[in-house]
Amino acid sequence: MTSQGSRSSETDMGYGPGTIKEPGFRYRPMGRDAEGMELYEIFIGPQHPASGHMRIVVRLDGDIIVNADPDIGYVHRTMEKLSETREYLKSIPLFERATIIDSANITWPYVRAVEQMLGVEAPLRAKYLRTLLAEINRISSHLYGFGLTGIFINHSTMYMWSFGDREIWVQLAEELTGARLTHTYIIPGGVRRDLPQGFKEKALKAIRYMERRLEDYMKIFVYNPVTVARFREVGVLTKNDASRLGIVGPNLRASGVHYDARIAEKYGAYPELDFEIPVMEEGDSLARLLVRIEEIKQSMRIIKQVLDKMPQGPFFADKYMRLIPPALRKHVAETGRIKLPGAFIRLKPPAGEAVARGEMGHGEVFYHIVSTGDTKPYRVRIITPAFRNVVLFRHLTRGARFMDLPVIYGSIDYFPPEGDR
Amino acid sequence: MDCPRSGWIFIGRLEESARKAADWLVNKTPLRSVRDWSIAFSLWPVHFTTSCCGAEFAAAANPRFDAERFGFLPFLSPRQCNLLMIEGTLTKKMAKAARIVYEQMPDPKFVIAMGACAIDGGIFYNSYNIVRPHEIFPVDVFIPGCPPRPEAVARAIVLLQRKIREARYLKREKKYESAGEVGTDE
Amino acid sequence: MPQNPPGAVRMGLLEDLKEKLGDIAAEIREEKPNYYSVRVEASSLVEAARRLVEMGFDHVASVEGVDWIKEKEMEVSWHAESYEPDLKSIIIKLYTRVPRDDPRVPTLIDVWPSAEFPERETWEMLGVVFEGHPDLRHLLLPSDYEGIPPLRKDYRIKVEGFIVDLTRQQKQ
Repeated sequence: MTSQGSRSSETDMGYGPGTIKEPGFRYRPMGRDAEGMELYEIFIGPQHPASGHMRIVVRLDGDIIVNADPDIGYVHRTMEKLSETREYLKSIPLFERATIIDSANITWPYVRAVEQMLGVEAPLRAKYLRTLLAEINRISSHLYGFGLTGIFINHSTMYMWSFGDREIWVQLAEELTGARLTHTYIIPGGVRRDLPQGFKEKALKAIRYMERRLEDYMKIFVYNPVTVARFREVGVLTKNDASRLGIVGPNLRASGVHYDARIAEKYGAYPELDFEIPVMEEGDSLARLLVRIEEIKQSMRIIKQVLDKMPQGPFFADKYMRLIPPALRKHVAETGRIKLPGAFIRLKPPAGEAVARGEMGHGEVFYHIVSTGDTKPYRVRIITPAFRNVVLFRHLTRGARFMDLPVIYGSIDYFPPEGDR
Repeated sequence: MDCPRSGWIFIGRLEESARKAADWLVNKTPLRSVRDWSIAFSLWPVHFTTSCCGAEFAAAANPRFDAERFGFLPFLSPRQCNLLMIEGTLTKKMAKAARIVYEQMPDPKFVIAMGACAIDGGIFYNSYNIVRPHEIFPVDVFIPGCPPRPEAVARAIVLLQRKIREARYLKREKKYESAGEVGTDE
Repeated sequence: MPQNPPGAVRMGLLEDLKEKLGDIAAEIREEKPNYYSVRVEASSLVEAARRLVEMGFDHVASVEGVDWIKEKEMEVSWHAESYEPDLKSIIIKLYTRVPRDDPRVPTLIDVWPSAEFPERETWEMLGVVFEGHPDLRHLLLPSDYEGIPPLRKDYRIKVEGFIVDLTRQQKQ
């Protein structure tokens, strides 16, 4: 994504605007602005060096971005329509494919909304287990974002380090749920598996390792002079704009708004735990990075508390446990793994509607479910954090330099499959 | 002997004959095996992420799984790449871009389709906005799974390398030559 | 780093809403704890939204439509939320119902700038025309898409059966 030199040299060299026909990089003249300078339109993507899946149409005056128009929808897999054709339970694996790196957090509010309609509440142990997986997922989601930010500014070490360290958390999640990314761990009524033996020791070891590594990250990436020079005071989002545009997640908190859906909705085990919501006032790209680093620390603090306070008891609601035949119920108690009968698929919430919000690694996810008393939902509306943050591409890039675009893209941690659903 | 450079004499067009002779030479055992060996160990997947399996594709390149030891490193420009990885679902909007990227890559080029969605839609099989990758370009290796583990990606690379070294990819190129013009988005 | 403020929730919001919006709202209800719905006519949407912004609900989480095909009506709703400490756990659904054949509502992006992309998506997915919206282009679907908007109920897609008919597949 380099800018192609000055305008006069292009015509001298024999290739004018419009002769380059690569999908990743294309530009064409747009006419002239008030001072007679030519504006250029550059298409970036969907084949470009980061998380891909989206095109940004940038209009340039020299090196200054006049306007950037995000063209999303390259990963629109029609989840809202498909969920209308499936039973409530079958939509859980569907929705977690939206944010495969953060799949517990994106399905949890959906399950809570379904539970609200069914009138079921998960037992306390299940709430703690859900919190545990959600925080593990949050850490790995932030590390994924760090890796991509590194790639954006050609800092390959950051990519290698954070993706390597992310494997630790992915492995912990795999130990807990049996799958690397698509856990389908949180189901209406509780969770699918109990805590495995020896999990606490492994988690504490991972936390000790990660705390040490975060210091290395600060030295080699975050407080690297190159990073600071490129990130500080770039893409500044003011507090008022962040609130009016409905920005969510670390991007919001880096602008000084103290808001977190974990506090607002008081779900899971969060009301009983002691943690802070990191907030920074600067609102620039560096603040967004630092908030994420701080959130990783807070998530590790939550994991420690969850493992210490983990209550004994059932991990699946009694109402649905009774569906399981007695012989199988004994097996469930021994192995700590739910084996659900086929009748469980035909959950039938009464007619009505429910909303639920939850905090993902990228921000707040919103579900609105309309039921007509059928086994399938009448309408499910998902608003993912990436879809709410997509307006930032237009808002933050205006007036920035062209080479600030990768930095802004990296710092808002946009994940296209999540935005397109 | 007076022989114009592109004239017609009884051996036919000279350039054509020279190319045929070169092809014949390259396809003979010693040169061919060297060529296939070197293609097999310089697979450059283009940095083109189509869907959520990209998370596992990225994990395959990370230090734990380290796909680079197979001679496999994602690279930026399609002009310098010879491998297209389709990571998961291919939507209609993305399929146009994928075909353009594929056409820009130099021969010989290979396609690995990753994930259940790339085989027959997977969990999104009845979606109104997806296409099957094998309808758009020839696919050399399919990886099942939703998402496939990074080990499966490594396995697919090894399979593709074996296929290249046995020169099985050459037979497939003719078949898709007239696969229809997909708009090059002029 | 500031400490978490005490999570006090505004009490008596239903009375506040009735006082503020009573003259234009057709119906104000508390659907669930902390979830209120306000139904207005399409003509007074902008005024209702403006009054909600005055109360502190300065952005929307979602804009959506529900296609009630049997009633031949389209429900268009805006879910407003707030980042104020005492309002942050509250969601207010502002909605209206318009005829399904020609769903037209005024756009609210002047009041709620965060509604821009979701309104564009609702236009694309359900065919609801937001009058005054400057940028009703395709967002998620291909730009050459034509036909029934896909989230309408008369847009049918293949539904998975419980039994896979192998013989039929082989014939194809």
